[in-house]
Amino acid sequence: MTHLGCSLLSCGVVDDRHFEMEDYQGAIARWCPGCGDHSILTAMQRLLEEEQLKPEQTVFVSGIGCSSRFPHYMKTYGFHGLHGRAIPAATGIKLERPDLDVFVTMGDGDCCSIGAGHWIHAIRYNVDMVVLLLDNNMYGLTKGQTSPTTPATFPSNTQPYGSYLEALNPLTATLGVTNASFVAQTAEWIPAHLFETLKAAYHHKGFAFVRILQRCPVYTEKIYEDAVRQPDAIEMLIHDDGIHIPDLDEIYKNQIIHDPGNLDEARRLAEPFDRFRLGIFYRNEKRPRYEDLRRLPVRTAEEKVELLNQEFDRYAV
Amino acid sequence: MATKTRASSEKKKGPGKGSKKKGPEIIRVPETTVEIVSDSGEGAQKCGQIFGAVCAKMGNGAWTVEIIPAEIQPPARSKAGGSGNRVRFGTEEITNWGDATNLVVAFNEQVLLGRIELGALAEDAIVLLDNKWATHADEDIQKEWQGGLKELAKHDYRIVEVPMEEECLKIVEDPRRGKNMFALGLLAWICDRDVDLIRAQIAHQFRRKGEEIYQRNVELMEAGYGWAEKNLDFRIEVPTIPSDVPKVVMNGNEAIGMGAIAAGMELCSMYPITPATSASHYLSEVYDKFGGVVHQAEDEIAAVGVAIGASYAGKVAYTITSGPGLSLKQEFLGLAVMLEVPLVVVDVQRGGPSTGLPTKVEQSDLLTACFGQHGDAPHVVLAPATMEECFHSMITARRIAEAFRTVVIVLTDANLATGVQPYPRPQLDARWQQAPVSLPPVDENVPPYDWDPQTGLSPQRYPGQPGGMYTATGLAHNAWSKVAYDPDSHQLGSQMRSRKIAVLQQTLKPPQVYGSDSGELLVVGWGSTKGAIEEAVDRAQAEGLSVSSCHLTFIQPLQPGLKEIFSRFDRVMTVEINYSDEPDDPYITDENRRRAQLAWVLRASTLVDVDCWSRVPGQPLRPGNILKAIRQRLEMGAKV
Ligand SMILES: Cc1ncc(C[n+]2csc(CCOP(=O)(O)OP(=O)(O)O)c2C)c(N)n1
Repeated sequence: MTHLGCSLLSCGVVDDRHFEMEDYQGAIARWCPGCGDHSILTAMQRLLEEEQLKPEQTVFVSGIGCSSRFPHYMKTYGFHGLHGRAIPAATGIKLERPDLDVFVTMGDGDCCSIGAGHWIHAIRYNVDMVVLLLDNNMYGLTKGQTSPTTPATFPSNTQPYGSYLEALNPLTATLGVTNASFVAQTAEWIPAHLFETLKAAYHHKGFAFVRILQRCPVYTEKIYEDAVRQPDAIEMLIHDDGIHIPDLDEIYKNQIIHDPGNLDEARRLAEPFDRFRLGIFYRNEKRPRYEDLRRLPVRTAEEKVELLNQEFDRYAV
Repeated sequence: MATKTRASSEKKKGPGKGSKKKGPEIIRVPETTVEIVSDSGEGAQKCGQIFGAVCAKMGNGAWTVEIIPAEIQPPARSKAGGSGNRVRFGTEEITNWGDATNLVVAFNEQVLLGRIELGALAEDAIVLLDNKWATHADEDIQKEWQGGLKELAKHDYRIVEVPMEEECLKIVEDPRRGKNMFALGLLAWICDRDVDLIRAQIAHQFRRKGEEIYQRNVELMEAGYGWAEKNLDFRIEVPTIPSDVPKVVMNGNEAIGMGAIAAGMELCSMYPITPATSASHYLSEVYDKFGGVVHQAEDEIAAVGVAIGASYAGKVAYTITSGPGLSLKQEFLGLAVMLEVPLVVVDVQRGGPSTGLPTKVEQSDLLTACFGQHGDAPHVVLAPATMEECFHSMITARRIAEAFRTVVIVLTDANLATGVQPYPRPQLDARWQQAPVSLPPVDENVPPYDWDPQTGLSPQRYPGQPGGMYTATGLAHNAWSKVAYDPDSHQLGSQMRSRKIAVLQQTLKPPQVYGSDSGELLVVGWGSTKGAIEEAVDRAQAEGLSVSSCHLTFIQPLQPGLKEIFSRFDRVMTVEINYSDEPDDPYITDENRRRAQLAWVLRASTLVDVDCWSRVPGQPLRPGNILKAIRQRLEMGAKV
């Protein structure tokens, strides 16, 4: 809809800026020491540097939660909105300004509980954006309440005798929705894998959903303890079209060759919630994108007035 | 208007084909109200819409109101299931639906009785009634018909039985599809409507249905016209005064849609809800060619979220909803106020609370529109009173939203949304359209909320502007949009957001007083009740009563000068379509009385003891009822 009047590019100014990592650093992060969000932030700043994204052309959108402070720590444009509602805001931004790179960060309460409706429908819209679920299995900011992804029997302040329900599996949920186009899982304590996954998500044209296993040193340290200490607990999905980091082969010996084009297999692999499988589960760039389906001619003010006058003719007395 | 149809009558030869020797009785009146009712699904609404549009196109003043059952398929032949349209038209401008119907075409006696129970008909109304039920195969139905006729005989109506079904069967197999056009023909002859205009309007209504349907509908209409000419002995003549002011005729939701286009807004992000949906239906039909998008979101929260995201990144977007949807959007409205992202919200009010009266008019969202957000969220609320104002309100709303970086809520209602009224064709201005978003570099030393300390105003900054990166946040923040929980920052931010509204208020004009500048009673209204209130005031003045009225377009901020205007009257009362306790109701005291919604606001801001008279009939207010309230309040004496 918006056509740009004047930007650096359209005004013909040669843009020879080079950006260093510090150019993407916003406020000092205020997360707890040991919080997994720190390494996600670093990986993201590295990605922007590697891709040389223009800070002014990049928007980070979030909801409310510890993880949703993310935009404040980036030196890009940011939109820190409402709990659970990051995706609608990001959708609006992208509909209005397809020229912008949009990244969304959400917590598991944000995405899978209060914002679950938006998440499901956004998968169908398949608007081009990177969507990160920073999943610490717990409500962090509000201090330790059970979230939809809290494992069964794990205690919290609202379910002190252990979570009553089986956890919701964000991967199978996403893969189950019509028009899913990119689904991956990574872990913040494996920076190289995290970085490559973010990069693949960035290069995907469509709604790129990445669940990042994220430690919370205060409330859920134990949940990922085994996976962090014992690399054997992790299974790497590898493929030429997926992610394969040879340097990690030595450490992560459990490998599954998985073609990200195979949706049935992706769903099967995503099913067991207690297995830490990392990699790209599914990728399909042929899925239609809402913003392309809705792309319309740009009209000048005069053209619109002319057209509206024709409309009035239909209603003329 | 009970007497108006008989105001002046004379015998003269009709302008028809002159097949009868003695011409019909001509009932010449300055205005009349016509109604057509059927079971739902029989097309009475279409018939009324076409009739209303034709009246307007012939140069009459007109106002139409839809008669809507709440369900899509209520049982056939039920009193509560009547569906249709009421058209009041006259020589001069018509500003409201009036008091009662003078001429009604009913497809069965039950829907007619339903209308009578609602007090819709004038005591001397003329009734045209399909008589197919007299010989219906089902004996129960025959009995109901007999009983119905007895009931009707208790009134002074002039009843004409019309073999509508029989006549339609000559043309179509299923008269349920087509009787409405026959009825249109009846009304066309009776009211001497321009048949060419009717044909054109039928073509417009059925434009997506193809030539064959059009031809058949025209044939049915002509059959009705011919039948009336041959069999009826009266005609109603409402003179038209030719005017050279070009006019357009449409309902309020179409006017909202066109206003949004004229205002240059290009993203309508909505979730379906009655009675707001028809605005998005209209937009969906035409928006593509303007480069505009109707985004049907997964729910109202997402709808407003998408609009805010778009407004944050570029052009002002808007959302259209009704009460329940407004409730869902409130958290986001607070965010837009906090981020100072411009946003236009249209609330087409219906009866509440809860699902309430989904298809019917009420004005009970005023307080929630003004104060429904948590925290302090100053923003703008305005209320168009006519179809014309619906159109212009969108242009005003967008300009205010943008200039003041705030939320503007436009309150219309089901009466405006579905009613049709002609109004002067707007002169469009290309400057109303939005300029392309310009993204010049920003001086890094200028904060994103560069508040002018006097006015609270600051220019909006858009993603894409080099050097201007900031994170808009719903947390308390300082001018740099940095999270700031300290007392001074929150005080300052709140002050800046609030002050803008005062600045806007200073640019507004005081409302005009309708009638004399001072007197015993001032009636204050807002929104769709304007025409009915002013008609009641006219009649009261004709009775020699000392009454004036004044209609508010801005609800928040209020227009200036109210206190001074109120001081010139002994008594001030609002007239509204929302609930209030009557002063003499059981348990009600001056302290515990719950007042009509505008009255609350006016009392708080003027310290005048503003009284109110309000009702929640699920219908527009009738001027006659407002007149009664005026008389009654005047008897109570001075109160200011
Ligand atoms: C409408 C609304 N309800 C509740 C809250 C309180 N709240 C803030 S963050 C949050 C949950 C945070 O958990 P999560 O989304 O998992 O993110 P984390 O803090 O763990 O990163 C809640 C319930 C809120 N801000 N808004």
